[in-house]
Amino acid sequence: MMRRARELWIAVFLLPLAFLGLFYVYPLLSIFDVSLRPAGFLDLSAFVRLLSSDYYIGTLLFTVYQAALSTAVTLLLATPCAFVFARYQFRGKTLLLSLATLPFVLPTVVVALAFATLLGVNGLLNDLLTTMSSLEYQPIQLERSLAMIIIAHVFYNFAVALRIMTSYWSSLGFRVEEAARCLGADELSLWRDIRLPLIRPAMLSAGLLVFIFSFTSFGVILILGGIRFATLEVQIYYQAVNMFNLPLAAALSLVQILSMLFMMMLYTSTQKRLQLALDSSAAVAKRPRTLLERLCLSLCVALMAILLFSPLLALVLRSILVAGQLDFANFASLVEKSRGSLLFIAPIEAIFNSLRFALIAMFTALCLGLIASYMIERRGRLSRLLDPLFMLPLATSAVTLGFGFIIALDEPPLNLRASWLIIPISHALVALPFVIRSVLPSLRAIPPSLREAAQTLGAKPIDSLLTIELPLLGRGLAVGAIFAFTVSMGEFGASLFVAQRESVTIPVVIYRLLGDPGFASYRQSLAMSVLLMLVCAGGFVIIERLRIAGVGEF
Amino acid sequence: MSARAIAILLLVFVAACPVLAQETSRLIVLTHDSFAMTEEVLAAFEADSGVSVEILRSGDAGQMVNQAILSKNNPLGDLLYGVDNTFLSRALAAEIFAPYESPALKFVGEGFLPDESFRVTPINFGDVCLNYDIAFFEENELELPGSLSDLTKAEYRGLLVAENPATSSPGLAFLLATIAAFGADGEYTYLDYWQDLDENDLLVVDGWTDAYYGEFMVTGRDSGTRPMVVSYASSPPAEVYYSEDPDAGAITGAIVGDNMCFRQVEYVGILAGAANEEAARQFVDFMLSPAFQEDLPLNMFVFPVREDVMLPAVFAEHAMIPENPALVKPAEIEANREDWIQAWMEVMLR
Repeated sequence: MMRRARELWIAVFLLPLAFLGLFYVYPLLSIFDVSLRPAGFLDLSAFVRLLSSDYYIGTLLFTVYQAALSTAVTLLLATPCAFVFARYQFRGKTLLLSLATLPFVLPTVVVALAFATLLGVNGLLNDLLTTMSSLEYQPIQLERSLAMIIIAHVFYNFAVALRIMTSYWSSLGFRVEEAARCLGADELSLWRDIRLPLIRPAMLSAGLLVFIFSFTSFGVILILGGIRFATLEVQIYYQAVNMFNLPLAAALSLVQILSMLFMMMLYTSTQKRLQLALDSSAAVAKRPRTLLERLCLSLCVALMAILLFSPLLALVLRSILVAGQLDFANFASLVEKSRGSLLFIAPIEAIFNSLRFALIAMFTALCLGLIASYMIERRGRLSRLLDPLFMLPLATSAVTLGFGFIIALDEPPLNLRASWLIIPISHALVALPFVIRSVLPSLRAIPPSLREAAQTLGAKPIDSLLTIELPLLGRGLAVGAIFAFTVSMGEFGASLFVAQRESVTIPVVIYRLLGDPGFASYRQSLAMSVLLMLVCAGGFVIIERLRIAGVGEF
Repeated sequence: MSARAIAILLLVFVAACPVLAQETSRLIVLTHDSFAMTEEVLAAFEADSGVSVEILRSGDAGQMVNQAILSKNNPLGDLLYGVDNTFLSRALAAEIFAPYESPALKFVGEGFLPDESFRVTPINFGDVCLNYDIAFFEENELELPGSLSDLTKAEYRGLLVAENPATSSPGLAFLLATIAAFGADGEYTYLDYWQDLDENDLLVVDGWTDAYYGEFMVTGRDSGTRPMVVSYASSPPAEVYYSEDPDAGAITGAIVGDNMCFRQVEYVGILAGAANEEAARQFVDFMLSPAFQEDLPLNMFVFPVREDVMLPAVFAEHAMIPENPALVKPAEIEANREDWIQAWMEVMLR
């Protein structure tokens, strides 16, 4: 009996590995095989071409440069905000934190639209400035500049950095700081000697994550940056799709994956230092009292409002204002199947498809992520490799992986390449790292003595898991769920891959409406983008509520 | 308690396990993601032929062709529809098609056939041409450019937005039009021309959507600053068709002078090794039938290859077809595409 239980556990532990092996490693190896051994023997001339060309070295350098810049700006803005969020309790804090994650989910088409409506040459801000100051020219000329890319990356990644640092800071508590204050330390030395050194592990961790996201950024660069800015990911797409130069695309992919593996290893090793002490996460936040504290809080909320919500607000305004008048006709037309066209379903149906995929992907990623976190937590020699390994799907070009699916998963019983299942599977693959990242810190914070005590008292491992550990992991699981859900809602590449009726999702509808000629469909796509935002915001709020009702703040 | 754990496990398995492939008699049509057709038209074909049709969209045209080539030993479907003359040679060279000569080809002009081998069948075409804002040209009493060379003149300075040929299909088409007009060798090549365009303050963006909705200026609509854009000859009727007041007439026009446009022809081909070749042939015939050909314009804003079918009123009234579009042979495109684009990037992006 014991033995069968043990075998069952091993089988469970193998699940995440099997998932990763089947849907990531195997397709990737297949496409590399086709690309690098086209004639049956290994042909590395693509690498030679890569390394001997200034052009591709330049691409690599630019990729690193823009990622570093994006990371620096994100941290500069997010660190003070994280402090404020950890330190002070105020009305609407949880809501604000959830909504701040909203940009993270939005498809790049939508974000590009939002930024163009706000900061474009004919955007709202330029309109406002020219009317107010009677300027002859538009003062904001950001289109197709590096600045626009950086702003968009900060917009996307701000919440990631904020969440990581806030939760670490809350768990650290502020005792050291209060002691120092009693000893007469002023604000400046508090930041220099206490706060920054204490938060450094979380900053490093958040910084690496932002770097990784900016390094692999694709849509933002392509849409907002324009042609002069080519990152590795853009170059891979270009070589694979436009040139069909698979050897070169594979070589570039390998360079990207190896650099990512290196950064992931760095990142996961910094993460280990982020061990939370369970008891200190008791309520440390206080109400802001002094004028200075209130000022800091308002500044921080104002920054978030400007950075995160003004582009989204611009999008909402554009979708409901027609020549200065309120008009909801765009929204009304979304519920009807306006064209008798095949595959053009009523946009409202796409919402149900999106929700369905997001729930499947979230559930899969949560289960697999939980198991994987336990595997990594075991700290064998293996775990040092496992942790970065599970992060790799984030670093892989969707096109490369997509071509891999086509040639690897093409025979029964694994004939998945034309099935809608490939959509939630690929979403789960990308969501998995987020779940692991959210669960691991909480898992590491559970003292082994707790489990041992339970076993001494006669609890079976499964009981100890369900009654003690899972509730303690509740916060991490909830955050992971939010990320998994939103990643799936906004995902675009895989959803376009198999487009049958039942698989048309919101981002696909937005993309198609944008591609249709006519200004009315452009405005419909704005309305659809607003709906996607609302659905995601609703999802966040519900998950946050569940978290509070079910687990509490422990 | 352990029942719950088992339930969780089961669900993981259900989510992770593949569905078994079902064996039913059906036709799978691979196409790009801009594909659209009227549901009733397809339903009628299914009812007549007894074949159930599944449409599988697989990314943009380039992605679709690449996938078909990669999976040629075990094709994803029976038919590939939507490969155009800029990608055709790649598909032909990879030998992914089985030849079929449809009897309906007799209604199609000979100019549309790429060669004599009948490996692909032309279905529709569209011309990539300059579009302009009618009101702007009227207000400024500006003549329309009569040739591509005119675009480098001072009066058109800062008026044009075009797409990057490396990332956009109309962008590539327009590049090919300039190559047809100026050539790739000689005293004044297409690269010299682009350099002159650049000096005349040309704006290049990556995609059609960005160019058309972001940068193209249409009087009365609050976006864009440039009154000329590289788009399709069918964009003006589309503007009218989708506008809130279709009776108000056209607000944009297409410039269809000789050698100023590039014609994109889309083909369908039966994939070699198709599971259901007989049904695939029926579908090719159906695509050349009046029912499908007449359905094309308002779904994808392209023109049918058959000249004997009725065009919708909005097309008949507002669409212009260039008489002499620029021509570059598919084989020549395939042989030089990479070099042409690379050279273009080196001139334009530095």
